[in-house]
Amino acid sequence: MTIGEAGSALAFAALALLSIIIAAKAYAPEYAFHAYLFAAASVAAVFAIVNRYYERPAALPAQTINGKPNYNLGPVKFATIASVFWGVAGFTIGLLIATQLAFPALNFDTSWLSFGRMRPLHTSAVIFAFGGNVLIGSSFYVVQRTCRARLAGDIAPWFVVLGYNFFIIIAGTGYLLGITQGKEYAEPEWYADLWLTIVWVTYLLVFLGTVMRRKEPHIYVANWFYLGFILTIAVLHLGNNATIPVSIFSPKSYIVWSGVQDALVQWWYGHNAVGFFLTAGFLAIMYYFIPKRAERPVYSYRLSIVHFWALIFTYIWAGPHHLHYTALPDWAQTLGMVFSVILWMPSWGGMINGLMTLSGAWDKLRTDPVLRLMVVSVAFYGMATFEGPLMSVKAVNSLSHYTDWTIGHVHSGALGWVAYVSFGAIYCLVPWLWNKKELYSMKAVSWHFWISTLGIVLYISSMWVAGILQGLMWRAYTSLGFLEYSFIETVEAMHPFYIIRALGGALFVAGSLIMAWNVWKTITTAEAAEEEVLPAQPALIAAE
Amino acid sequence: MPAAYKFFAEFAQTWGLLYFVAVFLVVLVYALAPSRKDRFDAAARMPLQED
Repeated sequence: MTIGEAGSALAFAALALLSIIIAAKAYAPEYAFHAYLFAAASVAAVFAIVNRYYERPAALPAQTINGKPNYNLGPVKFATIASVFWGVAGFTIGLLIATQLAFPALNFDTSWLSFGRMRPLHTSAVIFAFGGNVLIGSSFYVVQRTCRARLAGDIAPWFVVLGYNFFIIIAGTGYLLGITQGKEYAEPEWYADLWLTIVWVTYLLVFLGTVMRRKEPHIYVANWFYLGFILTIAVLHLGNNATIPVSIFSPKSYIVWSGVQDALVQWWYGHNAVGFFLTAGFLAIMYYFIPKRAERPVYSYRLSIVHFWALIFTYIWAGPHHLHYTALPDWAQTLGMVFSVILWMPSWGGMINGLMTLSGAWDKLRTDPVLRLMVVSVAFYGMATFEGPLMSVKAVNSLSHYTDWTIGHVHSGALGWVAYVSFGAIYCLVPWLWNKKELYSMKAVSWHFWISTLGIVLYISSMWVAGILQGLMWRAYTSLGFLEYSFIETVEAMHPFYIIRALGGALFVAGSLIMAWNVWKTITTAEAAEEEVLPAQPALIAAE
Repeated sequence: MPAAYKFFAEFAQTWGLLYFVAVFLVVLVYALAPSRKDRFDAAARMPLQED
């Protein structure tokens, strides 16, 4: 047994014991339930590690086979399947809450299905469960391929993917049970945060370890973006969760600062979750998968370097634009606004770099729906990063803030950019990982593309109209200086747009189900695999 | 405390700005130096290489 195996097994055994003690003395039954989940998962981990030790060959897997790197693709496969599963789940919950807003009776009068609990479940499922698994899986793939080295660590990569998905389960069940910090995108309580910290630091070490044993002298730009994403998320997570638990037997904790300081830290975190999780991480996907799929080099590698450094240095200051016209000092609000406007430049530089990578390969857009998904995602990235700085300008924000315009903006980025580039990466990865020549059905990819594009258009256009209408109604005065509309009148005016939005969401869910079916069929259909036995065939050339 | 606030705010508004401009110039020099052309051209093709 290696030191890693023995050490991990002992650590998990200790965690199991601690969890059982906490479960027995927990103040709240929901917290006891989580402690039992920790105990069960820890026992399962000990069993899996010991079992794996008896099953595996005495020698650990070789770093290279016949001079070629012996890539570790198991964790990548797991994360890819998990991302498809969480994607469908997260989009479906989104559809449910979108429908609840149009028809409130759909919460069925249970606290479990109330909007307040389902909404963080939706945001966390799509951002952290779907997006997070895409990022972890693709980063483990890309770092190995571009460094020509096997993933560092033996148990560590598995610990990262399984531990991360366990965090998702703790966070998600916590929201349903009513355990939350009440901070947007940072809802999980202190014990889930501690667990995520351990997983995330391991992730950073596995990624850095792989980069350090690289055979290529140059670190490819996608790895810079992944590293920026991993490192910054670690810092943000620690900064925004500086809490002190009431007791080790209580799920409740309190943040060490309060008031406007807490608000600023929260939106420093919140906006950089957008900037580094939903942007930098997925830009790494863009910089690897688009050149690979289009079979063209990156349009301008120099621009990609300027893009990286400009993006990470600028994004980190944009958070205060979430706190316009609040108790935050005026100069800090202006600072957030100015940096948001400056962000136009790196964002559009990156977008142009991604799109222009297709120079000489534009014809592939007609024949390859996977490439089409990724190119449209970059176009949406350009659109969302144009709209964002616009909305951060104080005068525009006074109209748009707290309205559905924000929801429309977020979803043009989340559905159009993040989800589309993720779908593209999943459609690329599945045949590569399972050694298939191509996906089971290209036609299904095309259907997925058009159905969900229609869904996005319905979603964002209805939310633009709803948001601007809402903003104008809130600020309308009569000739006598009274507010023209009561709040409930503005809510009633939203009803048709909420129905259109839910329809758009239903189309998006339908598209994701087509993807899940296609991925399933690609993996389980045998005939394509037989052709792969040909020895000299490089597995990664996309079959056209 | 108000003095500390004023100090940090002014520091961020002056030296912070100069620091950012300086960092950006360093990045531009690194990215655009003609001597790195071959290295970056090769790097742009990295996703296309096969084992």
